[in-house]
Amino acid sequence: MTVISRDTLFAYVLRHGDDCLILSQRLGDLISRAPELEEDIALANIALDILGIGRLLLQYAGELEAEERSEDDLAFGRTEREFTNLLLVETPNGDFAHTMVRQYLFDAYQDLLWNRLVDSSDETIAGIAGKARKESRYHLRHSRSWVVRLGDGTAESNRRMQQALESVWRFTGEMFIDDEIDRAAAEAGFGVLPSSLSDAWNHEVTTTIETATLSRPDDSSIRTGGRDGRHSESIGPLLAEMQHMYRSFPGASW
Amino acid sequence: MVTTAWDVAAAVPDPEIPVLDIAEMGILRSVVVDETGHVIVTITPTYSGCPAMKAIETTIVDELKRAGFGDVDVRTQLAPAWTTDWMTDDARRKLEREGIAPPARSGSQDDILCPRCASPDTDLISPFGSTACKSLMVCSSCGEPFHHFKTL
Ligand SMILES: [Zn+2]
Repeated sequence: MTVISRDTLFAYVLRHGDDCLILSQRLGDLISRAPELEEDIALANIALDILGIGRLLLQYAGELEAEERSEDDLAFGRTEREFTNLLLVETPNGDFAHTMVRQYLFDAYQDLLWNRLVDSSDETIAGIAGKARKESRYHLRHSRSWVVRLGDGTAESNRRMQQALESVWRFTGEMFIDDEIDRAAAEAGFGVLPSSLSDAWNHEVTTTIETATLSRPDDSSIRTGGRDGRHSESIGPLLAEMQHMYRSFPGASW
Repeated sequence: MVTTAWDVAAAVPDPEIPVLDIAEMGILRSVVVDETGHVIVTITPTYSGCPAMKAIETTIVDELKRAGFGDVDVRTQLAPAWTTDWMTDDARRKLEREGIAPPARSGSQDDILCPRCASPDTDLISPFGSTACKSLMVCSSCGEPFHHFKTL
């Protein structure tokens, strides 16, 4: 394996790990704050699954590096500009409509991603994807059912779901943009081109939006930058909270 | 020696469902003892975020050391991914006795039976329960809620 492809592999694994880490941190914030008890438990479970996959990816990313940073070093020791997650996952929780729309649009993407990455030429990626896809199926079924239930609910729930959809939609385009890392990863056989997931995602999402009696926002404005470390202002407070202990008390344990 | 080390590791309970041990759960994949006495235990995680995995790892090491095995390594193997099909029939019966409906065999279309009255007239309340592996259901015949071990 050449040095260049190892760096690419690191960056590829890291970006998917970052998506999981940041989203799980957002979801963790909702524990004890969900609208009903069952949903509180559901969101905590989903957060834990996603964090588990994120940890596996960050551990693997660390092994690929010359410095061999640990999963904790990568999660808590990096600055904002070094995070390569999608902008979608860092958007604030907002109301429950916003949380669920974000979750659904991302679950639909991740479920497709894991189902493709099980065929990765990299054994570890394939193994993690094999594990992840068994869980993402449950996540998707859950968030999809909320989108339908609230979209096709009362006039008020429909209004708020539509509002959430309009506000999150501009962050979905970024999921399907191929950059240099993606192209190199796909060419080497260990990754997939994000653009190749777009048709299936659109089919899934359009069908659900129709069932939910919502309307699909237009694709005119797409916000990007997450993969290059250019984030929205909302990630700052998230990282500050997530990294506070590790940075205030380096090397602490209990 | 191999059987002994296996027996010790196999007896470690699943902290979230203590009536089951990790062999019955299908978590324990292999135990290898080499000629120097070095033990390598391979386990497969159930759910990726399952907080029990760390506890299981620690207990395996502690129990093997207590049984006289000095040098123990626990390795986690992701592929092939854990499936509820690896749970033994014995494990399924024990779950049922605990009031937890066991997972369906993959591909099976059978109804989930109420662990109390065996009625097939059951409904899902929430796909997510008190632990990652369980969903919450209710029986329409006897009216009691119960846990179902999710098919994975
Ligand atoms: Zn019953």
